[in-house]
Amino acid sequence: MQEKVKDAPASPFQWVGSRPERPDGVDKVTGRARFGADMAMAGQLVGRVLRSPHAHARIRSIDTRAALKLPGVKAVVTRDDFKDQPSEFIPAGEMMINYRDVVRNVMAREKVLFEGHAVAAVAATSAAIAKQALKLIKVDYEVLPHVIDVVEAMQPGAPLLDEGLITAGVEPAPNKPSNVAKRVEFALGDIEAGFKQAEVVIERSFTTKPVHQGYIEPHACVASVSEDGQAELWVTTQGHWIVRAHCARLLGWDVSQIRVTASEIGGGFGGKTVVYLEPVALALAKKSGRPVKMVMTREEVFRASGPTSGAHLRVKIGARKDGRIVAADAELKYQAGAFPGSPVQPGAMCAFAPYDLENVKVVGYDVVSNRPKVAAYRAPGGPIAEFAVEQVMDDIAKAIGMDPVDLRLKNAAKQGTKAAYGPKFGPVGLIETLEAAKAHAHWRTPLAKNQGRGIASGFWFNIGGETAVSMSLNEDGTLSLTAGTPDIGGLRASLCMMAAEELGIDIGKIRVQIGDTGQLGYNFLTGGSRATFSSGMATVEAAREVIKEACKRAAKLWELPEDAVEYVGGAVRPAGPNAGKHTPMSLKDIAGIAGKTGGPIAGYARINAHGAAPSFATHIADVEVDPDTGRVWVVRYTAIQDAGRAIHPSYVEGQYQGGVAQGIGWALNEEYIYGADGKLQNPGFLDYRVPVASDLPMIDTVIVEVPNPRHPYGVRGVGETPICPPMAAIANAVCNATGVRFTDLPMSPPKVLAALDEARAKGAAKI
Amino acid sequence: MAKHHVAATVNGDGVEFLCETDETLLDVLRNQLGLTGTKEGCSTGDCGACSVTVDDRLVCSCLMLGVEAGGKSITTIEGMADGEALHPLQKKFIEHAALQCGICTPGFLVAAKSLLERTPDPTETEVRYWLAGNLCRCTGYDKIVRAVLDAAAEMRGA
Repeated sequence: MQEKVKDAPASPFQWVGSRPERPDGVDKVTGRARFGADMAMAGQLVGRVLRSPHAHARIRSIDTRAALKLPGVKAVVTRDDFKDQPSEFIPAGEMMINYRDVVRNVMAREKVLFEGHAVAAVAATSAAIAKQALKLIKVDYEVLPHVIDVVEAMQPGAPLLDEGLITAGVEPAPNKPSNVAKRVEFALGDIEAGFKQAEVVIERSFTTKPVHQGYIEPHACVASVSEDGQAELWVTTQGHWIVRAHCARLLGWDVSQIRVTASEIGGGFGGKTVVYLEPVALALAKKSGRPVKMVMTREEVFRASGPTSGAHLRVKIGARKDGRIVAADAELKYQAGAFPGSPVQPGAMCAFAPYDLENVKVVGYDVVSNRPKVAAYRAPGGPIAEFAVEQVMDDIAKAIGMDPVDLRLKNAAKQGTKAAYGPKFGPVGLIETLEAAKAHAHWRTPLAKNQGRGIASGFWFNIGGETAVSMSLNEDGTLSLTAGTPDIGGLRASLCMMAAEELGIDIGKIRVQIGDTGQLGYNFLTGGSRATFSSGMATVEAAREVIKEACKRAAKLWELPEDAVEYVGGAVRPAGPNAGKHTPMSLKDIAGIAGKTGGPIAGYARINAHGAAPSFATHIADVEVDPDTGRVWVVRYTAIQDAGRAIHPSYVEGQYQGGVAQGIGWALNEEYIYGADGKLQNPGFLDYRVPVASDLPMIDTVIVEVPNPRHPYGVRGVGETPICPPMAAIANAVCNATGVRFTDLPMSPPKVLAALDEARAKGAAKI
Repeated sequence: MAKHHVAATVNGDGVEFLCETDETLLDVLRNQLGLTGTKEGCSTGDCGACSVTVDDRLVCSCLMLGVEAGGKSITTIEGMADGEALHPLQKKFIEHAALQCGICTPGFLVAAKSLLERTPDPTETEVRYWLAGNLCRCTGYDKIVRAVLDAAAEMRGA
């Protein structure tokens, strides 16, 4: 089945690296698990949002009187219910947020900036009444010219989304507003000098389309606000402390007034790191005095949430004939959607990060246009830049007649490499993934007719951040573990395994839950591939605190100094020659004496997890191209990635496979299609086609383990890197199959067929 | 307009409910009968998260009206385990880590059970095409397909 390359042949661990059943498994195969829309509160109302039919318009007035008169309507909210916020960028994980924009995205103020932009919301006793009420709200729009495309949005004279937007990061500051929110630059060495040394220079331009995270569970929440202002919010989110912070800020409430419970989450991929419905539901609940449930339709999800940026990219790489890259230059133009904040900065960080280079320059532009504001999507920004860079790398290999793996090996980032975006890498596993690719049977298997093979590497930096975990020793010696990062794909299993490893007990003795915001200190969200890394680190710390306290209690009972007891193999034992003979005490025994020796035993870790380490991957894709229809099939795929250490290998493989599947969709099918009217034409799963089971092959995985020295179990984040290489690996494979270089995503059948026909006319096509 | 009175069988039990003319079977199951294991992912029949069987036929419950359920026998995810014993597919999904977030899992299980009732020994391709109406965004389907093939083998006694 799946291959596994371990750093040590014999595992020193009892649990880490094994494949136990996940603690939430039974709930999820029986329908018991409660997701966002599965909660109902007594007397709840149905909340619905009125959305803009225009891509760009000024709101002259909103008249809600008729809606409020409709029997069954209990509350209506508009921009007037949310206080304006000052403009200020605040770091939020891998992205930045600005509450001035968040409040406008949640509810339009001066203007609507995209089709689907929220304008008003109602709470009513039934969905039918809520729907009728929306029709009774009169919005007077002054329709404005719109701009959808990123390059058009950058042109002088393009319709301006924000008349006050002055490009940041440019000296001197422009004296006129534009749609370019920001310019970023990362540079190392001198690219002009570098290109002078080059014997081969390749430069190409690329485009990618916005793609949606595509989580199957739409955004959903239930809010309740009591007469004294105490609020409860049940919500599907990647970070309930973040939701609490945003809601408190937008509503002007104290943080302590709001208790947020994270439901089970039906996929997020970055898209559930922001608020849409939540502040609106709370405002409606406050106004109506009743609980309010809000659930987006799939169409609303497409029109008004996510996606990630589409982009225009230019990449230029110069190399010597021996394969050494001497200069690398890129220009990235990313769509931010309606408000500033595309992931161009992380994109610029990732672009050349897999390579140890002396001369690098990456310039990025963050550009607003009349589309929904982008949200994080799995390695936000990275896959877009890497799609372009990894294809130019392929062209360099072709131009100098070098194997593409060898070219990457020759330039691979390693321990000590200084990345253009700043840091010096610690131990990293790119070389190991490349060696594993070369050694893999896939790399040597002959191809059939109309097939091609491509390879690409990828990188994501991963993050840590604020994390709190508590662990209580129960009266019977079992343990209750409470973490604060929502579990999207096996986190609870991994945390239990690390706790069981520390405590030397059976995993079944630990019951894990995701706590609400009242139960733990602030937890940053599940994102940046940080949950297993950060909550794992905190779990280990909490377990060690429990062990320390257990030792203290036994020492008290045995009348020994604390350093004369030790915890080994799940029990406290006397240690050292003078400790005497005492029967070792298990955690159950310790739990039995807890009351008499000082009260409950618990560990509480509250950390800012430092030491997150990047994860590198190398992917091999085989495609078959239908010469008559242009349809591209991925026929074989191998994802090789450094996990640091795989706590639960099945869920690490799952991350690799899931990222690959999303990447295949991004490469071949998925795109936002706009009409000339600025309206999205494919807001549903029928026309926005994500890969289905019959589109894909089995996805082989190889877990490489180069442990992260700064994590107690060597963990790196693994969730995001897997979506970085697929688009380039597939494009390189299609190029090898057809002889045609595809620079524009998606490589959908009409586009591929047209390019093949053009190449055939010139005699340049292989098929 | 007055609501419709409907009598049906759900997971082997007789149920009665009142529903609006335009209320879907999915809404009835979730909102009236409290069976929230059946999920709504799109409400247009494209994602399969709301898969149930109606008289042993696999349907998207978002595409069927509640009133159409009259006299029919409906099976949802809540009817899949036999008391405390999980169905082999449920066991294999856990064992193979064939779920990550789990939102699509009930639909996949209901659809896979329906496949194995018709085709006890499916090929990988047959599994992939039968399940093509069920979207999973987390797993890339690899482990789902393996779990279904393994469950099929176990159920055949292979």
